[in-house]
Amino acid sequence: MSTVVADSHDAHDEHHDHKPTGIKRWLFTTNHKDIGTLYLWFSFIMFFLGGSFALVIRMELFQPGMQVIDPHFFNQMTTMHGVIMVFGAVMPAFTGLANWMVPLMIGAPDMALPRMNNWSFWILPVAFLIMLSSMFVPGGGPAFGWTFYAPLSTTYSGDSTALFVFAMHIMGMSSIMGAINVIVTIMNMRAPGMTYMKMPLFVWTWFITAFLLIAVMPVLAGVVTMVLTDKFFGTSFFNAAGGGDPVLFQHLFWFFGHPEVYIMILPSFGIVSAIIPAFARKPLFGYASMVYATASIAGLSFLVWAHHMFTTGMPTFASLFFMYMTMLIAVPTGVKVFNWVSTMWRGAMTFETPMLFALAFVVLFTIGGLSGIMLAITPVDYQYHDTYFVVAHFHYVLVSGAVFSIMAAAYYWLPKWSGVMYDEALGKLHFWCSLVSVNILFFPMHFVGLAGMPRRYPDYALQFADINAIVSVGGFLFGFSQLIFLAVVLKCAMKKGEKAPAKPWEGAEGLEWTVPSPAPYHTFDTPPEVK
Amino acid sequence: MSTEHHNSTKYYVPDQSIWPIIGALALGLIAFGAGHYTIEYSNETKGFGHYVLGAGLFVLFVMLFGWFRDQINESRSGLYNAQLGESYKQGMLWFIFSEVMFFLAFFGALFYARMIAVPWLGGASNNAMTAEVLWPTFEAIWPLTTTPDGTTTQAMGWLGLPLINTAILVVSSVTLHIAHVALEQGNRGKLKLWLIITLVLGFTFLALQGYEYVHAYRDLGLTLQSGIYGNTFFLLTGFHGLHVTLGAVMLTIMAFRVFAGHFDKDNQFAFAASSWYWHFVDVVWICLFVFVYIL
Repeated sequence: MSTVVADSHDAHDEHHDHKPTGIKRWLFTTNHKDIGTLYLWFSFIMFFLGGSFALVIRMELFQPGMQVIDPHFFNQMTTMHGVIMVFGAVMPAFTGLANWMVPLMIGAPDMALPRMNNWSFWILPVAFLIMLSSMFVPGGGPAFGWTFYAPLSTTYSGDSTALFVFAMHIMGMSSIMGAINVIVTIMNMRAPGMTYMKMPLFVWTWFITAFLLIAVMPVLAGVVTMVLTDKFFGTSFFNAAGGGDPVLFQHLFWFFGHPEVYIMILPSFGIVSAIIPAFARKPLFGYASMVYATASIAGLSFLVWAHHMFTTGMPTFASLFFMYMTMLIAVPTGVKVFNWVSTMWRGAMTFETPMLFALAFVVLFTIGGLSGIMLAITPVDYQYHDTYFVVAHFHYVLVSGAVFSIMAAAYYWLPKWSGVMYDEALGKLHFWCSLVSVNILFFPMHFVGLAGMPRRYPDYALQFADINAIVSVGGFLFGFSQLIFLAVVLKCAMKKGEKAPAKPWEGAEGLEWTVPSPAPYHTFDTPPEVK
Repeated sequence: MSTEHHNSTKYYVPDQSIWPIIGALALGLIAFGAGHYTIEYSNETKGFGHYVLGAGLFVLFVMLFGWFRDQINESRSGLYNAQLGESYKQGMLWFIFSEVMFFLAFFGALFYARMIAVPWLGGASNNAMTAEVLWPTFEAIWPLTTTPDGTTTQAMGWLGLPLINTAILVVSSVTLHIAHVALEQGNRGKLKLWLIITLVLGFTFLALQGYEYVHAYRDLGLTLQSGIYGNTFFLLTGFHGLHVTLGAVMLTIMAFRVFAGHFDKDNQFAFAASSWYWHFVDVVWICLFVFVYIL
């Protein structure tokens, strides 16, 4: 990918930079930058909320025996932690980044459907208010894990399930609208000359992510609907007594759920593929293979769902099929890791905060990927299934993977968003605190998992006590380290810092660096010519 | 595609609008109200759920009316360009794709029940002993007229009403296409005639479908609670019916706009989108007819 901008942007952009003021600017906005900012702040608040729920869990698990909360509340905390982090923190953060960066990267004036963009954002806070309100319904909130397996969510759940289901419905509508917007923007709004194979990888990965979202969020809507009718209206989709099957729930859920986990990692690949070349001062190694690898991962993601279900008693041939398909994903993923490492090979590297997070991403995501391969092997999964090994695996890919990449993106683009450089010393402090604590938090979980500690239990055998204490300490360290990040972001938001040039990173490429920092309210009113 | 439009000097960026956030509020009221109404319904208590739900639906209706009114006015005052039209088209097609995936979830449940869940309950695969011990008298047949717990029902045949309905919906797709072609040819009279015929067919379908539900509940004892056969039957046909209703409402609005003189060969996105949507619900029905009724 080599993007040379001939006629970058007209100087009159800055003079026409009028914007609405006050609260109306945010409530009725159709501006992709405003909506991106809203998404990112919403995601940040949800990150702290979901994180505080995780700290409640770690507080309870600090010592064996029941310590602080009762098991039912513990289950509500695991459910809400998962739901908020997946649908409230990680996905909106990526949508926010897409809103901010995709139009800037492809030379578009805004998203293709700006009013729908506003709608899809404002559904989210409303949906999460309903989701959170469900915890105050008599009988308590949803307590069946974010995966809401039947019959936990049907036969054995409380009244709040109805609110959970409807909140999920409108959250899904928001995701679908957001994804349609991104995909149409990319297909229809590219500047002249911005061919598909010149698009930055962040755009490519989001293009594919948006396709996955449109394909699987409706399936989630279908499965929550069946949970609703099973629980409240007497159907038996997931009840053998009426001819249904609880395992059907898992098939439907994971047909959504597995592409969903790639929805939460593909944009990360795009971010890291932007940052590593910038700080290695070399073009990305193997651009085309990155595109094909992303597409392959997305395609395979539809054929691997039942690797979450090896212990449900599927026929052996089905287990084998899903095992091999899952292991096949290691190939395109390996291509990506190889390309990132090759990009750095003999590069003139510097280690600013975005690069540090990107490097940690490559290493720690690979650890999470490798434990994923272990989990993919059917016979050994019989031991790992539903243990802390699984918790360790998906937190490595989601926290030190997806979340680290979001932080890398925030540091990388904060100068463009705010117009000031972030505080590098604080950024580095945030990075090192996060890196150390995230490993104290999640690495020992592998060991308790292999030793047989089940996930989602509020209590555990004495033999797991030491490691759980260490994990809890790591959890609190990681949680409080994020306050440093909050401080960094707030300093930028209050414009406290060195003024940022249009292109603060020497090796950075792309159209977003051709507009001033902070990016004017309206950019690319006239399409730039990309050669 | 982007390359076609780069000669246009300026992009069109829509103004701020109050409708989207009102739409978010409406969906919130609907979700909150529907959730509480469901809880109250299952506990047989009285509460505020249905009021909130009703308010939400009202706000949604106002929002849709206001949003579309603004949209139509802007479109008719020539504010939009070809690129925005293309965005709308692509957006609509992706929306229809998402609807396809929604139905796929329910068809998936149907196929899983027929091919796997019910046979396994009857002892297929390696479940012979389980079936023998738990439900020795259970017979794995489809339509599943007797469930393992003994709920019985009668199956809905495919001859008669469903066959007539299939014919009606397929013909309505053809008549709508004729209307669309007439619009492209600028033949307004023909357009109006065939659009009205389509609407009549669409609403006839809905009426017959309503009658079929009455027949199922009253004569066949086939209800939503009749085990997996009734579950898949009512959720698939029910969601299809809701989509036909939405499609019919869209076409009704198109009819009003056609009689108001809207649309021509180059400016007909809303008509085209409604027509794609109608063809989509038609295709879903054909799948339904084959997999739910005949097979």
